Amino acid sequence: MQESPSQNHVVATGTYTIVWLALLLLLAATIAIAKLQLLARFSVLGSLAIASVKAGLVLAFFMHLKYEGRFLKGMLALALAALTLLIGLTFVDVWYR
Amino acid sequence: MNSERIDPQGKKMGMWFFLFTEILFFGGMFLLYAIFRSLYSREFHAAAAEENLLLGTINTVILLTSSLTIALSISALRRGENLLSSRLQAATILMGLAFLVIKFFEWKAKIVLGIYPDSPVLLRLGKGEILFFGLYYMMTGLHGLHVLVGCAVIAFMVFFTRRETINRGNYARLENTGLYWHFVDIVWIYLYPLFYLIT
Amino acid sequence: MTSKNEAPAAPFYGRTGKYRWVLAEWMMSTDHKRIGVMYLMAVISFFSVGVVLGFMIRLSLLDPGWLMDQQTYNEFFTLHGVIQIFLFIIPGIPVAFGNIFLPILLGAQDVAFPRINRLSWWLYVTGALVILLSLFMHGRPPDTGWTFYAPYSIQTPANISTAVLGVFILGFSSILTGLNFVTTIHRMRAPGMRWFRMPAFPWTLYATGWVQMLATPILAITLLFIVLGRFFGIGFFDPSRGGDPILYEHLFWMYSHPAVYIMVLPAMGIISEIVPVFSRRALFGYAAICLSALGIAIVGYAVWGHHMFTSGMSDTARVIFSFVTFLVAVPSGVKIFNWVATLYKGSISLDAPLVFALSFIFLFSIGGLTGLIIGSLAPNLHLHGTYFIVGHFHYVMFGGAGFSILAGLHYWFPKITGRMYSEKRAKLGWLSLFVGFNVLYFSMFVLGYQGMPRRYFDYPPEYHLNHVISTVGSWFLAAGLIVIFANLIQSAFRGEKAPMNPWGGKTLEWTIPSPPGAENFREMPVIREGAYNYEEEAVR
Repeated sequence: MQESPSQNHVVATGTYTIVWLALLLLLAATIAIAKLQLLARFSVLGSLAIASVKAGLVLAFFMHLKYEGRFLKGMLALALAALTLLIGLTFVDVWYR
Repeated sequence: MNSERIDPQGKKMGMWFFLFTEILFFGGMFLLYAIFRSLYSREFHAAAAEENLLLGTINTVILLTSSLTIALSISALRRGENLLSSRLQAATILMGLAFLVIKFFEWKAKIVLGIYPDSPVLLRLGKGEILFFGLYYMMTGLHGLHVLVGCAVIAFMVFFTRRETINRGNYARLENTGLYWHFVDIVWIYLYPLFYLIT
Repeated sequence: MTSKNEAPAAPFYGRTGKYRWVLAEWMMSTDHKRIGVMYLMAVISFFSVGVVLGFMIRLSLLDPGWLMDQQTYNEFFTLHGVIQIFLFIIPGIPVAFGNIFLPILLGAQDVAFPRINRLSWWLYVTGALVILLSLFMHGRPPDTGWTFYAPYSIQTPANISTAVLGVFILGFSSILTGLNFVTTIHRMRAPGMRWFRMPAFPWTLYATGWVQMLATPILAITLLFIVLGRFFGIGFFDPSRGGDPILYEHLFWMYSHPAVYIMVLPAMGIISEIVPVFSRRALFGYAAICLSALGIAIVGYAVWGHHMFTSGMSDTARVIFSFVTFLVAVPSGVKIFNWVATLYKGSISLDAPLVFALSFIFLFSIGGLTGLIIGSLAPNLHLHGTYFIVGHFHYVMFGGAGFSILAGLHYWFPKITGRMYSEKRAKLGWLSLFVGFNVLYFSMFVLGYQGMPRRYFDYPPEYHLNHVISTVGSWFLAAGLIVIFANLIQSAFRGEKAPMNPWGGKTLEWTIPSPPGAENFREMPVIREGAYNYEEEAVR
């Protein structure tokens, strides 16, 4: 029951602000890609990829996940893997009917 | 013995577990969206093009900024600056409410046009459009409900912060509130492209 | 070693004087033992109601129409399923034995979040009341089956939204319990209790907790889809609105298959506790037993389509689901083999807990083997929707988890009540129950193979004999249960006083008084070895 390293780590205000600016930049990028059709057929994938980068930044810095232990990161991966499996297997049904 | 000791790491773990359940909860809706979009891509594209991109983008900026303010409020609390922390929390609430106000106007604009679940106008459109708007109302509605609950919880935190019930030595509650709020932000980060940007 | 912990203490269920009314003292308690006892009373009560409903369904089938009409029949099997599944067997072992014993088994004073534990209990009570409300309010009781399939669940005038809301609330209760237990196991083990010194029952509660957290939310959102469909016409499952009813089945079974592992994993945990004690041997392959619990939970997440082989799903999906269904039998088999290996050359004490545990092994194996039959695509086409399925799931759920609960009840009875039950009556009750159970449910395999559909109110004359046989079996089953519960209830008040460790168990609950005091451990136990270290001992 030791204290985790994340309990002691304080993220600097500067870091938060930079992350926020990065998020806004990514927002601009995702709009540009969509409106200018920069990726043509892959624009949905592109939008979701950028969304995932944004989510990753929020997770890592705002939610401190970068400074948490392997267990928590692993369990998040597990939850996401579970959801992916559910969606994936459902697609195996719908696409191959 | 163990029961007397407070376990902030344990409380944080519990909060993360709760967020995992929320991932699966919203996940069910994202599953339906994915399936229906793959079956009705043209109609989804047409319906999304009708969305108000400006309002959606403003809302995204609002939520991203609100994540910043609540993160900063935790840092402030950990430095012992309770007043600053409570002000940043209040700012987060205001932004959350602003988000909801804009959402209200977006919904109103559609309802005025007769586009709402089971409406005669909607039912005359194609199946893809019917599904799109069903998903739209359901997903943004549940998300909005989560924003509202979040605002209420943060309001309690403001109260506790002013009272110094939570402070630099005891801030797990605010930290966990922050985790919840960031999660709500992340859900919107995905909803935004799916409803406003798909082309 | 822990003599301070052995000193007698006022039982945990005595009056604390904190509240004026006894009811408040219990309903406001955050003590895991009190919460567990309340849950235990509740789930056993709901089980009994469910048994009565089943009993009446079987009576009706003797001569369809004599006891109830078709509509009422549909409402009966719906309620039977909803009660037995959502109010008894899913919460069942975790909320009762898990709550009472998990902290004790780990050497902790309580669970990680006692107030959330209390909230789980309140949500359970609320959910139960809401479901009961759906029976009595204006409109008809639900008649869709416990599975609430669309489109009927969207269209029927019955009180579906209320019932579904009740299930939603129960789901939230389940999620919070799972969250609590997983956190407790991570954060509150006593010093020296490494993961692989933890007894098997907490391992299964751990795996179950993850399933509760990661599967139940899917049910929650699916139930919301039903309500939105009924109230707002949002037709995700309605083809006329672009929807697809098969998607309902996907979403429903994405939870409901993992749910059966919520039911059976803790049950297996109890068997893993009992078998070593009553054969006085260390659990064979302890690590495999623990890891197989995780294996079952993980693989069990990917098999839900085997409930839908005849629904219109794609062939590709059907093949994948069938294959993975076979895979999930492997970790289950590991457990069965390891229990039998533990018993082999052991010093067997055939007391009631072991009798029920052995019944589990036998009955669950039958259920599991028939599961392989219906997990195969070709036989499934004939057997889906027949009594074969009904027989299968009663063997695994009742013969499995149900018998495990009875085993746990007898095993832990002396610890919870401080008294001993009558062995003779327990075994007498068991005999009637066991014989009745097999007559009742084995005949269903025959009926199903012959083509008798399930949930049918009526049937052609060629099925009559097997239906009669099955119903007679239910009478012996009911009689057995009455003897068993009468024995336990009477012994709770008048049984002989039980010692601290009547069975010679090695897990931590046997080192504290029977019944435990309000504080589990006066002195924090320090763990230096695993839980099942039995040397050669003479026969008791």
